[in-house]
Amino acid sequence: MKLIIAAIKPFKLDEVREALTGIGVRGMMVTEIKGFGLQSGHTEIYRGAEYAVNFVPKIRLEIVVADGLADQVVETIRSTARTDKIGDGKIFVLDVEHAVRVRTGETDDDAL
Amino acid sequence: MEKTMRFSGLAALVPALMAGLPAWAQETAEAAPASALDSGDTAWMIVATVLVMFMILPGLALFYGGLVRAKNMLSVLVQVTGIAATIMIVWVVYGYSFTFGGSESPWFGGTAKLFLKGVTATSESGTIPEYLFIAFQMTFAAITPALIVGAFAERMKFGAVVAFSVLWVTFVYFPIAHMAWDANGLFFGWGVLDFAGGTVVHINAGIAGLVGAILLGKRVGYGKDNMAPHSLPLAVTGAGMLWVGWFGFNAGSALGAGTLAVLAVLNTMTATAGAVVAWLVIERVLRGKAAALGAASGIIAGLVAVTPAAGAVGPVGAIVLGAVASAVAYWFVAVVKVKAGYDDSLDVFGIHGVAGIIGAIGTGVLASGSFGGQGYAEGVTMGAQVWTQILAVAITVVWCGVVSAILYKVVDAVIGLRVSTEDEREGLDLTSHGESAYHN
Repeated sequence: MKLIIAAIKPFKLDEVREALTGIGVRGMMVTEIKGFGLQSGHTEIYRGAEYAVNFVPKIRLEIVVADGLADQVVETIRSTARTDKIGDGKIFVLDVEHAVRVRTGETDDDAL
Repeated sequence: MEKTMRFSGLAALVPALMAGLPAWAQETAEAAPASALDSGDTAWMIVATVLVMFMILPGLALFYGGLVRAKNMLSVLVQVTGIAATIMIVWVVYGYSFTFGGSESPWFGGTAKLFLKGVTATSESGTIPEYLFIAFQMTFAAITPALIVGAFAERMKFGAVVAFSVLWVTFVYFPIAHMAWDANGLFFGWGVLDFAGGTVVHINAGIAGLVGAILLGKRVGYGKDNMAPHSLPLAVTGAGMLWVGWFGFNAGSALGAGTLAVLAVLNTMTATAGAVVAWLVIERVLRGKAAALGAASGIIAGLVAVTPAAGAVGPVGAIVLGAVASAVAYWFVAVVKVKAGYDDSLDVFGIHGVAGIIGAIGTGVLASGSFGGQGYAEGVTMGAQVWTQILAVAITVVWCGVVSAILYKVVDAVIGLRVSTEDEREGLDLTSHGESAYHN
């Protein structure tokens, strides 16, 4: 099993969710986060006061899938979340040791 | 109703003149002359009084509350509410007497009406009950010190805020309100045009705010931390409520439901519209974007500028007045304040003080019949009127500046003005009031 963590632009969430459902992903965790990468933030002005906003709002996705599906998930997120502009996000893939479904006690691939 | 036809700001103050004569109540009791009460005027003035109350809560409280950081939201709400309630009590105990007590002094209303002595439910002030005049003027006394809160927001002790407000109305607001609105008052005698309180309310609050911002010093982290408004939707909501309530403030200052009140209604619309458009255009041109905070700031600048002018200028002149005041206020908050380096948290001086001064002097110009205004008193030229306006502004600035500085020092010596640095960092909501505005 693989854990795929992706940071994407917030307005891309629905599109990504739909595309992933389409290739057989049956669950994901979503968090609103702030962060920075190559995109450096922006400036806000309130009457004369200027403030640099260094952390940009993003959505963090966490998806656990069977090994065979991982590459397809990564490729789907990449192609769907992409706008070709700076700040499109990053994707990380990690190994997962063990999974359990709370209701039934099923484990690993059966639990996904 | 013919007798309520009024054509100039001065004529509107006749009821105040009557209220200023101590003999009035006695005569009513003894000779029982025909009552001058007008139910239309009375009905309108009840509404106007409630509208000014609406400016304080929720209008001003939300406007200021939205502009501070989330950790200080409640402190602003409590300060505005606490000040207003305290000053309402002070007004009945001695404020009304000190302002409209009937003394012949140009500075002081005297002690004849302490605890509203001699005033009864049937006492009259012009065409309305005197109790109604007292209630209407009470709301003015209550909102003015609450306006100052914006200048020292996010760093002053709650007890110090209330103590300063009581001292400040006693030694600054009551004398200057007496000067402007009582028949024996200094400005009144000079023929100063101050229809609804540009000097008394806005220049006064602006100067007291500036002095406070300088004496208290900058907020911790000023210039480094992000101090952006925590909720512009609330700030714009509050500004909109202020705009609505201001019709009570300005049109109510006609003290009746006649033609003068209607002129003030229209001027309050057009001046504010001019100010909003001016602020947004300036931002769009200079900064590239027209902002929500700019729209709210334009609303306040326009309303402040038209306050002294509401019954004296014409509806088209008012547009110009609002636009000019807005432009100067913009320059003040975006350029001058930043360079001068004082921390007037919510720009009480930059908007109320500056737009108030432009409004007071501009009223002298735009009252001219050639600009569609209501004209001057007989034998008064534009130059003479403008000079009178400038003198009134100067006296207000000096009196308020000097006395406010002394009062801040007194409060500092007795209870201290500022909260501790740790409390300031944690936020006044928790450290001064034991509550949080928002829970996740």
